[in-house]
Amino acid sequence: MSILLIAEHDGEEVIRASRSALRAALELGGDVTAVVAASDDCAAKLCSGLATMRGVVKVLALKDNCFAHEDAESFAAVLATIGLEYTHIVAAATGYGKNLMPRLAALIDKQQISDITEVISARRFRRPIYAGNAIATVESSDSTIPLTVRTTAFSAVEEADTAAVIEDLPMPSTAMPELARFVEETLSASERPDLTSARVIISGGRGMQSSENFQMLERIADKLQAAVGASRAAVDAGYVTNDYQVGQTGKIVAPDLYIAVGISGAIQHLAGMKDSKVIVAINKDADAPIFRVADYRLVEDLFTALPSLEKAL
Amino acid sequence: MKVLVAVKRVVDAYVTARVKTDNSGVVTDNVKMSLNPFCEVALEEGIRLREGGVATEVIVVTVGDLRAEDVLRTALAVGADRAFRIEASAECEPLMVAKLLRALSEREGIGLCLMGKQAIDGDNNQTGQMLAALLGCGQATFVSKLEVSDGKARATREIDGGLQVRDMTLPAVITVDLRLNEPRYASLPNIMKARKASITKLSAQDLGVEVVERVKVISVVEPPKRESGVDVGSAAELVELLKSKEKVIGVM
Repeated sequence: MSILLIAEHDGEEVIRASRSALRAALELGGDVTAVVAASDDCAAKLCSGLATMRGVVKVLALKDNCFAHEDAESFAAVLATIGLEYTHIVAAATGYGKNLMPRLAALIDKQQISDITEVISARRFRRPIYAGNAIATVESSDSTIPLTVRTTAFSAVEEADTAAVIEDLPMPSTAMPELARFVEETLSASERPDLTSARVIISGGRGMQSSENFQMLERIADKLQAAVGASRAAVDAGYVTNDYQVGQTGKIVAPDLYIAVGISGAIQHLAGMKDSKVIVAINKDADAPIFRVADYRLVEDLFTALPSLEKAL
Repeated sequence: MKVLVAVKRVVDAYVTARVKTDNSGVVTDNVKMSLNPFCEVALEEGIRLREGGVATEVIVVTVGDLRAEDVLRTALAVGADRAFRIEASAECEPLMVAKLLRALSEREGIGLCLMGKQAIDGDNNQTGQMLAALLGCGQATFVSKLEVSDGKARATREIDGGLQVRDMTLPAVITVDLRLNEPRYASLPNIMKARKASITKLSAQDLGVEVVERVKVISVVEPPKRESGVDVGSAAELVELLKSKEKVIGVM
């Protein structure tokens, strides 16, 4: 078994989701080579970070300024030249991994398996389908298996005492066609923990009624060192931006504590949070579907409940 | 410019999927089936591009058995110009679907492919990216805003940290997110007209694609159930339970 792990970074360091993907890679058994694409100025730091992660035997660095921003077209083209040397290619099922991996899989003519939650054997995996309302066990017959990993199902791999070798992966000598050009990015700046790695999350739904009211959640989040999330209804209504969305097609989270406030609990939202350890639901509608997955149900108007909650903390 | 919109028939978004008793899959017989919600948004965008004079024709395609023609008729009723059904099992894998779509795109000389970012049955989120790879063109995934003019498309993508804008050289593949637009409803006369519209049927062989299965489904089971929860009377009581019983707060 030889595994290629595609590492993701934020320009500063390799993100925690990639450490979870590494855990899945280690469960496959075999040597893990980690590959990272980055601009010249930050590649060295990212590589030394990867080199000391447990189980990584080699780090491949693809350095080019085109990778200052996500560039799936170029990265996939380079990865396709080495992909078939590996039995598995693994990445976290983040926006980055979801964008990149299928492109690579098609270039090497292999069928990807998305969003695995369990490694049963080197060929057999479990994955949720239908918004998590069913769990499929699937088996691949491909010689190289591209996989994306649901990071909430695998714990992050820790540091090792030793460091792996670092090598450069050359860019193709002929220029790649310009298929797309980066224009700009608007990233939400937040001092709070990231949604996908927070231990506590407090999320609001349409019941919050306005973006100003989300500040009630922010204040509680400050007390709990929590991340703030939202249902699709709240994002669609413009109360918060898209990066807050928890659900089937937003972020998948599984914190120790998930507090759902004014969220009715559509199938699509439940799919993104029902693996949380403890779920609290606050809603004035006692019949809201969110209560079916909640460990603690507080049937109360959120405009009464939130101030009391803030005071009680 | 011709726009291709690829669509899929899935279990309706408001129906909770149930696992078959023999664990071979999810029940789809006698269950309400609909056009995948993301595909509806892709279709709406294609029609708007034609209405805006950017696209000349909106071609809609699905891969599936005869029953999948439902969603093609829905697409024709809301405004697609022509429809293709590529005969294959509904379980056809994403890479195979991408190969079929590539063959049709090349045959039709497509300038822009629009599709949903994922289908809500398999939740794979693969086909658009795979199609772009096979066509050798650029991809903008999870798109919530799109402007097309002069052989270029400016796409705003929903990424994990916020929004990203990219300029795409055409042809390109765009996979759409739900916030891109609000799909329209079909009018009754158009629904009636679409019932009689012709749908071109193609086989994988017609398109020169050999469909093989690489990933076998061994079993499909229900997820573990959560134990039922308890009612709490007040926020103060809740905080006490979270602190002393669950120990999930106040231990930082």
